[in-house]
Amino acid sequence: MEAIILQVLNGLDKGSAYALIALGLTLIFGTLGVVNFAHGALFMLGAFCAVTFSRLIQVSHTVIDETQKDFLGNPLKVDVPYIYDFFGQAAGDVMIDWAVPLSILMAIPVMIGIGVLMERGLIKHFYKRPHADQILVTFGLAIVLQEIIKYFYGANPIPTPAPDALVGSFDFGVMLGFDPGGIVYPYWRLVYFLFAAIVIAAVFAFLQFTTFGMVVRAGMADRETVTLLGIDIDKRFTIMFGLAAAVAGLAGVMYTPINSPNYHMGMDFLVLSFVVVVVGGMGSLPGAVLAGFLLGIIEAFASMPEVLNVLPGINQIIIYLVAIVVLLTRPRGLMGRKGVMED
Amino acid sequence: MTDQTSNAGAVRPQTSKAEKSGLFGLRGKDASLLILVAILTLCAPFILNPFPEGSAMAQFNAGYPDLMQRFVIFGIFAIGFNILFGLTGYLSFGHAAFLGVGSYAGIWSMKLLTLNVIPSILVSIVVAGLFSLIVGWISLRRSGIYFSILTLAFAMMSFALAYSVLTPITGGETGLQLKYFDPRILDGALAEGTTPRANLFGLEMGTSYELAVGNWLFTFNAGYYIAAICMLAAFYLSIRIFRSPFGMMLRAVKSNQQRLNYTGISPKPYTLAAFVISGMYAGLAGGLLVAMDTQVGAERMFWTASGEVVLMTILGGAGTLIGPVLGAGFIKYMENIVSTINKTTLEGWFAFMPDGLSDVFVTIVYPFVGKGWHLTLGLLFMAVVIFLPGGLVQGGQKLAAMFRRDKSGTGATKAAKE
Repeated sequence: MEAIILQVLNGLDKGSAYALIALGLTLIFGTLGVVNFAHGALFMLGAFCAVTFSRLIQVSHTVIDETQKDFLGNPLKVDVPYIYDFFGQAAGDVMIDWAVPLSILMAIPVMIGIGVLMERGLIKHFYKRPHADQILVTFGLAIVLQEIIKYFYGANPIPTPAPDALVGSFDFGVMLGFDPGGIVYPYWRLVYFLFAAIVIAAVFAFLQFTTFGMVVRAGMADRETVTLLGIDIDKRFTIMFGLAAAVAGLAGVMYTPINSPNYHMGMDFLVLSFVVVVVGGMGSLPGAVLAGFLLGIIEAFASMPEVLNVLPGINQIIIYLVAIVVLLTRPRGLMGRKGVMED
Repeated sequence: MTDQTSNAGAVRPQTSKAEKSGLFGLRGKDASLLILVAILTLCAPFILNPFPEGSAMAQFNAGYPDLMQRFVIFGIFAIGFNILFGLTGYLSFGHAAFLGVGSYAGIWSMKLLTLNVIPSILVSIVVAGLFSLIVGWISLRRSGIYFSILTLAFAMMSFALAYSVLTPITGGETGLQLKYFDPRILDGALAEGTTPRANLFGLEMGTSYELAVGNWLFTFNAGYYIAAICMLAAFYLSIRIFRSPFGMMLRAVKSNQQRLNYTGISPKPYTLAAFVISGMYAGLAGGLLVAMDTQVGAERMFWTASGEVVLMTILGGAGTLIGPVLGAGFIKYMENIVSTINKTTLEGWFAFMPDGLSDVFVTIVYPFVGKGWHLTLGLLFMAVVIFLPGGLVQGGQKLAAMFRRDKSGTGATKAAKE
């Protein structure tokens, strides 16, 4: 029982990342009908928002501290982050410690901006072109974004730690009444899962309970009629693209403590999230979320030593195997709608 | 030169028996294209080495065996990919798997049978063909993005398996190399400590003849010429496929599959045949890669390798005859030549400018060369997809049309746009 719960938990954090990226992907696909291969790059850009933010708030100026002496007896020069000057030392330290969660505040506007820019500047011209062209141009864009990040941040992973309070693990099993040591789970992964759940819920609530969301859903169902009603659906879809970019970016921001960001992390996730989207059903938002968590959990179970003893290496291929089986038995994916990408 | 190639999509081949009398059954324009490519390939050691040794431009010389081999081998890979993507429009994102499988099959043939490259290449082609038959049979049940994802899934599965479980067969992370103690049943045992080298009836692949003319040094490499002959054969075959009724069928699949269904024809056998043919081309490329450097690693099957062949085909011009070869050559040239330009080289180029200005230019250009060559590639690729959906071939035609400005010139551009 403990083992099962542990694997479900292990699957949740990876599944959350898959679900968040797949949600953005399918949002773009469902609204604009564009297959966005640059979505992994958006995830990566989000992660580098966190890196940039944590560097920005540590920007320092040098002051001469008369009270301290270095070993030669001269006054010691110390670097003081500007943030100390603004908020005082105690608050500044807390902010530096909590840089990753705080960078969400920066990531949201930045990512929406990037998303809108991308849609207006590039994707807009590709609505009428075949899907293959869309894949190719966004693939090219992904390479370019990746190389730009590599140029500015280097090729090595940049460690971006979680706040001190959330580093380490806790014994989840004890809370559920199992023996101590049975289910030990890192705090940050739980945070990531909760965060993903909140973001997903927010996106769904936004689409379900606001007028804006209602128009967008109507546009997804029948774009032409909505346009005939005099609604500028393109503008709203552009905003949805920005929103999808922000969702991918947030997934990236919060993922930095789990995996130090490097320039090609997006590509690694992209391939898997495409599989997730296809398994969930192109254009189906609940499908993407469901498939994300499902595949994350299946992958975790396949990584159990007991399973690996029987079927070695299964953890490496299980997702693709599931994808192939699903695609062949349920051609539209788990929750796909009729008539989407059927041609 | 490129007019006749990219009109392939628009011009209906009229292969009546009377016209088949040309070179190997090719019509006039195709025959001249084949001859041109043959001359260019066979004279590549001269053409690719235009700058004298030791001059400042010598680093742009691409006429060394290793790179020339890569040009033609990846040319074969891209020609094969083009038969699938260019004709049927099915975008496979997992073609590197066939290249990898072909490579593994080839090296096992060298380990178990003989160091001769011919059996090894044949084994590569057959095994890659069989593997692509299985993958194609499953993947071709779906089309569009689903097909892309399915092929990608198969390729990533092959990569993951080669990296982990199949280590006894694939060598895992270290890959496979030839050893002197491999049990070659057709060859005599090698002396202890010797490095086994692939050969063609005793002619080693690494054998080179160097010709020095003044300051120029031209290298003629046995391996390159074997690969080049394979490429010419592959190119010829692809022309024949493009011009055949089978090729017409594949184009019909691309332009309107529904209509094909209504006429009572199932597209599946045709697309599957195209898939297997392009898989065999990839296997040939994989076998040749092994013949040249006698080693394999799983990274050859990673999805970025599949992405690379997509880039090559699109960059050169999908659906055209010569495009994929051009694209392959272009990307490999950038990968090997542009990536070696470093800051010192750049400073040398801009040295003629005033100090401040040269620094500015070096700073501007530097991110695009050396380690940043991928950035140039990405930008170029995007530009091609946005402005020149027909690839470099279409670009060449547009240029030609601009200079000619007569009716035939604009006609060629129009045809390319279709």
